[in-house]
Amino acid sequence: MLWIILIVAVIIILIIGIYNSLVSQRMQVKNAWSQIDVQLKRRHDLIPNLVEAVKGYMKYEKETLTQVIEARAKAVSARDKGDLKEIGKAEGELSGFLGRLFALFERYPELKANQNVMMLQEELTNTENKIAFSRQFYNDMVMKYNTSIQVFPKNIIAGIFGFKSFDFLVIEKPEEKEAPRVDLNV
Amino acid sequence: MYKKLTFYDLQKINKRKTIILILSFILIAGIIGFSIDNLFLGFPEYIKFPFLTIFAIFLSVFQSFASYMYGDKIVLKSLRARPANPEVFEEKRIINIVEEMKIAAGIPMPKVYIIDTDIPNAFATGRNPENSSVAVTKGLIKLLNREEMQGVIGHEIAHIRNKDILTMTVAATLLGIIIILSDMISRGFRFGGPRGRRQRISSRGNVFLLLIILIVAIIAPIIARLVFLAISRSREYLADATSAELTRNPISLANALEKIYLNQTGKPIGNKAVSPLFIVSPLKSKLENKESLWSDLWSTHPPIEKRIFYLKQMVKNI
Repeated sequence: MLWIILIVAVIIILIIGIYNSLVSQRMQVKNAWSQIDVQLKRRHDLIPNLVEAVKGYMKYEKETLTQVIEARAKAVSARDKGDLKEIGKAEGELSGFLGRLFALFERYPELKANQNVMMLQEELTNTENKIAFSRQFYNDMVMKYNTSIQVFPKNIIAGIFGFKSFDFLVIEKPEEKEAPRVDLNV
Repeated sequence: MYKKLTFYDLQKINKRKTIILILSFILIAGIIGFSIDNLFLGFPEYIKFPFLTIFAIFLSVFQSFASYMYGDKIVLKSLRARPANPEVFEEKRIINIVEEMKIAAGIPMPKVYIIDTDIPNAFATGRNPENSSVAVTKGLIKLLNREEMQGVIGHEIAHIRNKDILTMTVAATLLGIIIILSDMISRGFRFGGPRGRRQRISSRGNVFLLLIILIVAIIAPIIARLVFLAISRSREYLADATSAELTRNPISLANALEKIYLNQTGKPIGNKAVSPLFIVSPLKSKLENKESLWSDLWSTHPPIEKRIFYLKQMVKNI
């Protein structure tokens, strides 16, 4: 009788341990995601300011400006839905159009003299880089967590308590992204 | 060959090196104090108390503690670094790049400093990743484009993550003190040195004195060698490689190194003690660019061509 109680106690302790480790790993994934999310939001907020600032100078680039605005709208709605595949695709497209817009700046010397525009461009480059670097970290955390909930015996506890796997964030950059990158110091 | 070490190993090696540095500093300070005691105060004949020896040991313990706690501030102050101003576009960009690279390396945000000089260079200092600083010169900001700057900042962030900064900062500040002290002792030799006091020191004291000078002459280079070994060249290669790993852009760092190297003109920044801290040595000594056992032992930075070569080699492996 005592043995049975002992074995049950050990099993219960094991289950609690595994459950807690899964919860903390899930928390890490969510924290990693919130870092990306902050940057996505910042990026989406910066773009209208940039468009507003350059609109006056770039009268003949209406098409590119509209593409940027549309890509931003798509990215905003993808972020609201929280679908990672969609976010990855929309952000990739947005990067592509932004890159093209920045490349066009070369044709407008007055733009490069505008401190406000330069600052906005710098901030956008900064958010894009931060997203790229936090994405590595997020994907690492997802990899760790997803492996945990699939291996025995953790998968049993994950199944009982409904731990679901997370998607990786893959930002698909369209071909246009390979367009010349802006070099401010030249 | 450096890749086999994880950065956890590196952190342990650095900790050990820092302790060796501090202990040997206290030792050499004690010896210097002891020899001054004998040279000038005529101990043990005249006073029975080794005043300077005890004073030197006390001072060196205090100095070691100070360079551990405030070494970064001493270094930053001696180079007249000021905090970056986020209102200025160029300096805000440096802050942004540091933010990006600290995310990539997974360390807390370092403080960002600017040095108002036209000579391009950069360094990192601090006690640990939680208390660290990155400084770049105005000249560097003017010289590099954004991606090259990312490579340079990545190199400095690598020093912070590998905990090189403590060893390097402690070495720099302690080395500075040794330089001042040995200046003092050699000046002492020149003016009322052993010759002037010969009459007052007994023959037994004379032998004793000679022995002390001999010990100092043997110990000092060994200590200096230890210091240089502690801030050896391998950590520079490693920081280059880590930077390239973080930015995935070895070419930009290679370009940056070349540009910085070619623009080390005019009076070098800082002094001999702080020069190992910089990404490219400010001292234009020929030794820095030689490949030999001798230069490996005495110089703190690997030859720039070799660093660029390794970085370009990395491109093929990515």
